[in-house]
Amino acid sequence: MRKRVIFKNQALPYLLLAPQIAITAVFFFWPAGQAVWQSLLREDAFGLNVEFVGLENFADVLSDPFYLNAVRNTVVFSVSVTALSMSVALGLAVLADRQIRAATVYKTLLIWPYAIAPAVAAVLWLFIFHPSFGLFSQALRGLGIPWDYKLNGTHAMILVVLASAWKQVSYNFIFFLAGLQSIPKSVIEAAAIDGAGETRRFWTIVFPLLSPTTFFLLVVNLVYAFFDTFGVIHALTQGGPGKATETLIYKVYADGVQNLNFGASSAQSVILMAAVILLTMVQFRYVERKVHY
Amino acid sequence: MHRRSLLAGAALALTAIAASPAVAQQRVQIEFWHGLTQPLGGMLEQIAADFNASQDRFQVNASFRGSYPETMAAAIAAFRAGTAPHIVQMFEVGTGTMMAAGRAIKPVHELLAETGVSIDFSDYLPAVRGYYSLGDGRMMSMPFNSSTAIMFYNKEHFRRAGLDPEKAPATWPELRAVAQKLRAAGLACPFTTAWPTWTQIEQFSAIHNLPLATLDNGFGGLGAELRVNNPTLVRHINTLVEMGREGTFRWGGRDGAGDALFASGECSIIHASSGARARFVRELPGGLANLGVAMLPFYPDVEGAPLNSIIGGASFWAMNRGPNAPRSADELRAVAEFFRYISRPEVALKWHKDTGFLPVRLAAFEAAKAEGFYTQNPGADIPIQQLLRGGGQMTGNSRGIRLGGFVEIRVIMQEEIERALQGQQTAQAAMDNAVQRGNVVLRNFERANRGG
Repeated sequence: MRKRVIFKNQALPYLLLAPQIAITAVFFFWPAGQAVWQSLLREDAFGLNVEFVGLENFADVLSDPFYLNAVRNTVVFSVSVTALSMSVALGLAVLADRQIRAATVYKTLLIWPYAIAPAVAAVLWLFIFHPSFGLFSQALRGLGIPWDYKLNGTHAMILVVLASAWKQVSYNFIFFLAGLQSIPKSVIEAAAIDGAGETRRFWTIVFPLLSPTTFFLLVVNLVYAFFDTFGVIHALTQGGPGKATETLIYKVYADGVQNLNFGASSAQSVILMAAVILLTMVQFRYVERKVHY
Repeated sequence: MHRRSLLAGAALALTAIAASPAVAQQRVQIEFWHGLTQPLGGMLEQIAADFNASQDRFQVNASFRGSYPETMAAAIAAFRAGTAPHIVQMFEVGTGTMMAAGRAIKPVHELLAETGVSIDFSDYLPAVRGYYSLGDGRMMSMPFNSSTAIMFYNKEHFRRAGLDPEKAPATWPELRAVAQKLRAAGLACPFTTAWPTWTQIEQFSAIHNLPLATLDNGFGGLGAELRVNNPTLVRHINTLVEMGREGTFRWGGRDGAGDALFASGECSIIHASSGARARFVRELPGGLANLGVAMLPFYPDVEGAPLNSIIGGASFWAMNRGPNAPRSADELRAVAEFFRYISRPEVALKWHKDTGFLPVRLAAFEAAKAEGFYTQNPGADIPIQQLLRGGGQMTGNSRGIRLGGFVEIRVIMQEEIERALQGQQTAQAAMDNAVQRGNVVLRNFERANRGG
């Protein structure tokens, strides 16, 4: 029998919701509405000549080969960052979950990078991979590999993926560790008594039981790779060389802030917003069904 | 008694409160946004402070707003919100955008006419004056920190390769031969460049009297089209691609990134802004004695070459507060007085000597010469000589560049060159693509600024 509580006061729930709604309206609905409106306009940088052009900005953006290039880069980038950061974090979490000496020290060190600002993370990686003074690039050159991310698009992509994934490992690590610790020891011990080896125990018990965490992290990491990696790309490659590391979000910045083309930039934002809404809906509707809770 | 003194005290405090804003209000407050990092930014702010100390009617508040493109974006956003600064420092690439900005800006010639302040622009270097004025000579913005691209080289590296450290390569074939010798002597990076499109396309075009775009590089109107796929420029880009392949040219990265390669002593020759001189003197191993300075090279088989190079750097623009908010007469007066202050020869001279930027006024140049500044600092006059190369007669191709959306076009050209250097396309294809993509930007700009 479900217990139902009915509040007599009709206004109270709205009052309690009001702060949240106000924040959402001011910081989400209002700018989003402006973006939709601006995406239908074509104007000069100063906003002195404004012309209503309907969906022309969208037509221009979608027929722009560089937009498709940005879509491709975003897919490669997001999938790589998510796969890399989650697999590394899971591996580290499994290792840290054991009974080891000074486990707290390891855990603290692993969580540390999360507190670092994206631009600072980018500079740290720059010191390792810079073509002239980077330690790693000097070592690579010693091996006969001409490392130069400023001219080689593949090198540049590897670099931004590494820097972005590294920053996200800590976050994933915390959640995986918490997920691992909440798996009942009795289940694992029962499997061990039945003769299941460590690898088998991991893939048939631990990994499926972790799936809610994995699913949650999948969404969070994809959103991170989509939207939160601007700082890393801006500090390392500025979308170059050529347009090898220009992702969708970076292109919105380049067209809007650098090129002052607000119509095209807004149209891209609107497309991006639609894509994210769709992606989240699909994820929660279909993928979640297969997740064991 | 006690009460009376309290009352008197309160009255005194009240008058003090009433008086203090009155004192502050006597000075007209002027907001000035600039985009110079330290140490240059501090020197610029010092000029504003000196101006404030020189009189008691106006107060210029200088503040740093990020790099040039960031300052530009910030000023434009502020204008749309009705809170634009009175004066904004805008790099030369933004000149075309600002000139087309209609009532967002207050042209300098209008400002001076309305306030009755006069500035002697005839004494300014022709290359500087031409860049920031209309076709009929009326000034649109206030020139300040101007530079041009020149060649720096590492004398020690030249010695190591058995070359004469006092003789810089004057032509491109010579530069390539020198670079090959440097390479043969084991130097890892014979030649690089900062501001790649500025030095290798824009300056190159002016020096060789080639049009960067039609309509005198855009001075003639918004309908200009890019012309950077001409045979001479394609040949030059191809030379750079070949030099990249043979290991005599290293791509230092976009914008100013290449400076670091020369300053650290890694690269032997660089084409960079004359404003980089101060940094090289400070950071280059061996310092001033090791720093060679020369003019940019040219191809001797191109008719008419070498002409004058063009300027870079930034100028000051007077802005209106917002789309429907012009300035008061007092504010205009304050801006005009500040502009007159920075036009003083002694201010221009000090800025030139401290920074390595050009002495924008001939009077400042003469004064520096008379002081013996150029004998103490060999090579410091190379930028001015190079600007006057070709007899000081500028052509439509060497006056400057006035293209809307040029910030974006520069990025496009850099991207296409990067792809050519990677071997993904030929030099011809790179320049053809740059023209095609750049023209889209120009047409969009033309349309947006004609309102139809």
